[in-house]
Amino acid sequence: MSLPARIAALLVAFAAVAVGAAFIVVHYFLGSPPQITFNASGGVTHVVLQEDPQNNSASEPGWVSYYVQNPTTKQWVHTTLFSVPKGTTVHVTILGYDGCTALRNNFWSQVQGTIGGHVRVSVINNKGVATPTRSVTSINSWSNCNVGHTFAIPSLHLFVPVASPDAIDSANNLCGVSPCTSGPHSVMNFSFRVPDFGAIFRWQCFVPCGGGFVDGNGGPMQTLGYMTGNMEVRA
Amino acid sequence: MAAPEATVANARSEPNHGLRMFLVWLPLAVAADLCIWFFLYPHMPPGRMSTSASHQAFDITYLALWAAPVVLFVWIYAGYALINWRHREGDEEDGPPIFGNVKVQATWIAATAVIVLGLFVFGTVELIVPAGAGAGEGPAPIWKPNSTNLLQVQVIGQQWQFTYRYPQFGGMETTQLLLPDNRYVEFHVTSLDVIHSFWAIQLGVKADANPGVDNVAFTKPQQLGTFRVQCNELCGLWHGAMYNYGHVVTATAFQKWAAATQFKEANIGLLSELPPYATTYDPTVIPQMGQEVVKIDGITGAPGYYYPARDPVTP
Repeated sequence: MSLPARIAALLVAFAAVAVGAAFIVVHYFLGSPPQITFNASGGVTHVVLQEDPQNNSASEPGWVSYYVQNPTTKQWVHTTLFSVPKGTTVHVTILGYDGCTALRNNFWSQVQGTIGGHVRVSVINNKGVATPTRSVTSINSWSNCNVGHTFAIPSLHLFVPVASPDAIDSANNLCGVSPCTSGPHSVMNFSFRVPDFGAIFRWQCFVPCGGGFVDGNGGPMQTLGYMTGNMEVRA
Repeated sequence: MAAPEATVANARSEPNHGLRMFLVWLPLAVAADLCIWFFLYPHMPPGRMSTSASHQAFDITYLALWAAPVVLFVWIYAGYALINWRHREGDEEDGPPIFGNVKVQATWIAATAVIVLGLFVFGTVELIVPAGAGAGEGPAPIWKPNSTNLLQVQVIGQQWQFTYRYPQFGGMETTQLLLPDNRYVEFHVTSLDVIHSFWAIQLGVKADANPGVDNVAFTKPQQLGTFRVQCNELCGLWHGAMYNYGHVVTATAFQKWAAATQFKEANIGLLSELPPYATTYDPTVIPQMGQEVVKIDGITGAPGYYYPARDPVTP
């Protein structure tokens, strides 16, 4: 190979590596989902989430995903990053649109770390009929088609199973367009306290819900913006 | 013939370099070892919180006691050579030819053999005899503590949280790890998904958590206090956040906590919702239903079944 050809090959190879590195930096390190800021009113912060059987991203529309509702615009934002003020009571509402999945460890069926040790649950079926709101301390994912996902902040010892539509609705009538605005779903309400100091707490789902990945552990389970995220407590 | 005679004369006038180096090395080596023993050993991690930790602290100190003189010898030799055998201005003469030195060779081989074989024997014995080294030994440990009062604690790894089951307390499961002081603990470490590693740092216990494997490790807490548990196997996005803190408490406090936790979990129905205690678990089977999850109608999962048929059951 001639000297100019070798130099050209070297430059092309160098350019390829540089482009690859730039893509990784931009796509993976700088491509973080947006963060939603929640403010408190009277010491209480209201956070509203929903979990869907799919999402509206261009890259991975088939992955299950959480959404966060912007408190100002009320629009659903495809993210799992949000911030709350320190030392407040966070009141969480989760709309569970995804179908049921048995927990790998049924220990997570137990509600832990909420104020009062319970959650309030109502399930709305495909015809829009809601069950009476119940206050429960456990949602047994192994007894029936009951649990879709979980919402857990392990560092705060907060573990909440999120109820799902029943077996028939889970199999046949799940919402098909995200962010979901209709279809069978559960409505969960619970509260917990955040600490009096600033910090970032990871939160996650404990259902292995990465369908198509080995043991359900990949994909949305491992990606910010889908089934795991951060809650920043602002100092 | 003049040159060889001059070389011999030079050789005869050489000082005893070996003795010189030895006289420099000996007091420094003794001083270093005394410092290690009296100043470093009391603070050597992982500490004295358990029998395993104590033995590991001793083992590391013992190795340091051997390593320090060896390192000092290398440094002193290098320094001595740089000072005494450096090139001097105007000296263009070759050094004397070397045809081997049986005394040096024999000393070198004997000393290194003693050090290596001694450390081999010491390390092998320490791995087994004192406390099983605090490491996971698989489902059939070669060493067991001589105690009839073992507390069994199962460590279950899952992305990304350790939970703990106590089979002697109805199989209760918690996110808290409490251990009684002065009682042997038999850890059974397993995983429900990928490979994790249970590392109770200050207890000196580290055992891999593999799905479908019961990895047994022993230790005996001997100090009250808090210890950190950290996953020590890269296990996914939140591996770095997979830690918590355990506590060694008095036997009375432990009994009180365990009884209260068992009562609470029985009272709220959690114990009946958990699978029967076993050394390993198959997450594709729901014992209460007696069926594989993938065969249950209505358990649809996210975009399909819990474990899609195309996926292997275990990693």
